[in-house]
Amino acid sequence: MTKSELIERMVSLQTQLSAKDVELAVKTMLDQMTDAVATGERTEIRGFGSFSLHYRAPRIGRNPKTGEKVNLPGKFVPHFKPGKDLRNRVNLSLTQGNKPLSRF
Amino acid sequence: MGTLTKAKMVERLFEHLGLNKREAKEVVDTFFGEMSACLVANEQVKLSGFGNFDLRDKRQRPGRNPKTGEEIPITARRVVTFRAGQKLRARVEMYAGPGS
Repeated sequence: MTKSELIERMVSLQTQLSAKDVELAVKTMLDQMTDAVATGERTEIRGFGSFSLHYRAPRIGRNPKTGEKVNLPGKFVPHFKPGKDLRNRVNLSLTQGNKPLSRF
Repeated sequence: MGTLTKAKMVERLFEHLGLNKREAKEVVDTFFGEMSACLVANEQVKLSGFGNFDLRDKRQRPGRNPKTGEEIPITARRVVTFRAGQKLRARVEMYAGPGS
């Protein structure tokens, strides 16, 4: 499912807001989450999961073409940890087959 | 620093887009609810710019109870993984750590 398909589904599931409103809301939410993750602020969505930053220590890498050593500085990478509810439901889908799911 | 939660996202939609609180809460819940439903139906979610949520099926592998050292198999399972998109990774790489 792509972002635009997600927006379409969200529009079809409610009657109050216009498609434009939903689209703008999704953009606003993703911008807010991006800003939070990018500034080291933790994001925690109960049931869905949390986003945080993980540190990668500096290391010496190699240019695969030339074999030359390059110093790679330490950096942060985004990390997602699925929430308990999502983890359990996704895992259950493995044993119970991929049948369409009831939504909550 | 605080934590970003659904309540803060509702607040932002109320303040910036003028949705009422009920509409804002519904849109935030539907956003995460529909992504979850999609993943539970074993379908990947791709949010361009932000990142992709993928599913991986893991086979059973040997494990250990770290306390007792007893050997117990880790059962086969399906897990969600997240791969940040280019835009998000680029933003995060500029982050120099706490206190920056």
